[in-house]
Amino acid sequence: MSDSRFLCLEKLTLSYGKNVAVPEMDLDIGKGELVALLGPSGCGKTTTMRAIAGLMEPSSGSIILDGANITRVPANKRPVGLVFQSYALFPHLNVYENVAFGLKLMGIKGKQLDERVVDGLKTVGLSQYATRKPAELSGGQQQRVSLARSMVMEPKVLLLDEPLSNLDARLRLEMRTELQRVQKESGVTMIFVTHDQVEALAMADRIIVMLDGHIEQIGTPEQIYNNPASDFVADFVGFENVFERDGNKIKTLSGDVTVSGDIAPTTKGLAWRPTMVTLGEGPYEGTVRGTSFAGGTREYLLDTPLGQIKAECDASLPAHDFGAALKFDLPVHKAAQLARTGSL
Amino acid sequence: MRNKLYAPIILLLVLAFLIGPFIIIIAASLSAGETLSFPPQGLSLRWVIKVFEVESFRASFGISMFLAIGGTLAALILGIPASYALSRYKVPGAETIRTIVSSPIIVPGIIVGLALLRYFVVPFNFGILLALFLAHTALILPYAVRVVSASLNNLRSDIEEAAVLLGCSRTGAFFRVVMPNIRGGILAAFILGFVTSFNQVPVSLFLSGPGVRTLPIDMLSYMEITYDPSVAALSALLAFMSLGIVFLAERFLGFSRYV
Repeated sequence: MSDSRFLCLEKLTLSYGKNVAVPEMDLDIGKGELVALLGPSGCGKTTTMRAIAGLMEPSSGSIILDGANITRVPANKRPVGLVFQSYALFPHLNVYENVAFGLKLMGIKGKQLDERVVDGLKTVGLSQYATRKPAELSGGQQQRVSLARSMVMEPKVLLLDEPLSNLDARLRLEMRTELQRVQKESGVTMIFVTHDQVEALAMADRIIVMLDGHIEQIGTPEQIYNNPASDFVADFVGFENVFERDGNKIKTLSGDVTVSGDIAPTTKGLAWRPTMVTLGEGPYEGTVRGTSFAGGTREYLLDTPLGQIKAECDASLPAHDFGAALKFDLPVHKAAQLARTGSL
Repeated sequence: MRNKLYAPIILLLVLAFLIGPFIIIIAASLSAGETLSFPPQGLSLRWVIKVFEVESFRASFGISMFLAIGGTLAALILGIPASYALSRYKVPGAETIRTIVSSPIIVPGIIVGLALLRYFVVPFNFGILLALFLAHTALILPYAVRVVSASLNNLRSDIEEAAVLLGCSRTGAFFRVVMPNIRGGILAAFILGFVTSFNQVPVSLFLSGPGVRTLPIDMLSYMEITYDPSVAALSALLAFMSLGIVFLAERFLGFSRYV
């Protein structure tokens, strides 16, 4: 077993009754990796996570963790931790008792128990809250208790369900850094589920983009952000102008339009971020249908023969009014070249 | 202006209507006279003391206590798992089950009593005490299910999964994280069940038999023969017992949250 195949899903099929949520998924996750399972709701990411935790039994396929087949190992015997989206702290126990819960079940007691709980609370910076009840803590603090409660168990894999979604914007940034720090310090393999690409890009070593129960693309944040493999991924990470490609033409609302530039022969589609659209000059013309000021930039929605185009340019440039005719270009050398289309 | 005058008057009348009988009973029980009367004739504790000397009151109090405590415990033993299943699993026909479980509240006690006697006790020849016990358990069950369900529905179910992932079995998770969090609801159900059973008349009336009666039935038959203030004294004592229980429950549990 190599470190890059620490957790392996092999032809894993997950279903709810007759509905197959995830068909035959293959996935390898390396030891100590921080991985994001990214996708819209209903894409199977949470189902996959629950299967790894043992809360859902796969209908076929297997889960191998650290060389051992854990497919049929019950959830309470798996070396896997899970931080719930709602934190799921035990309301009748205080912070200390919550963190000690799993350790006590393992038969650890006395001084050793105390040391590990105190250590766990220190890691998440909550030592002074040990005697508080969960209801007396803020959302961010509850999240930390939940994290400590799982971490003290020293799991081989730690799963986090939408870890930042219940926090406000400022706390989110803080928690992001916190999670990364805890992961790097402990070296635990961490998989978090999210529908927020910003979160995935900012935190993960590697991102697994899921759609309709299958994996759309696996890559580093840079790869996903700059070289999306499909129209779905492109749209998801902000390439909002996506076209299918046929030879040196792109398919648009008003038929095929010839574009000039180098396109790899395998490219099935082209996609541009709003910021990649050249405004004010170019071979195409559109009408401004919407404009909004976004601080440093100004966003435009254009009605064009190619379809709706989203463009964004520096806010210091003169603004174009609603209804104005505007020339623009879609420069091919800037576009993301997509290997697959048809998933949008 | 008018409203300001009417409101306190109506409130006073309602209070008088609610508390009035209670005050009359207390006053009557402190009477020194020979018959039940209000206003009391003189003042004494002789009838309160008499209550404890009547043999049949002692016996029927014991039976009522047994039914109230035993019946409520039995109802909880059946009701807690039922509530859990109804709130956590997608039981087919859950609504129907809920309605059936609640039916003893809806159907008048006198009908339940008659039906139990005619089609349950007589054909199967149950002993009186067993029949009373089963009937009280059935009557308390709806309260147990409703109150326990309410506190289960307020409890997130993912804490059970969290407990499982920390090493508990499913059953272990129920006892370690579900039970402690619905303890208040269970105690509230216990008190409600206890009071319901203790005050039960119509069903017990049908099922009581020679030598085995609940306290309220015994009081009724006592009054048919003897019209002295000891029944009033006993009523007052029972009222104080109920008040005491509810007061303690409110004090330590916030009872009114559950009922």
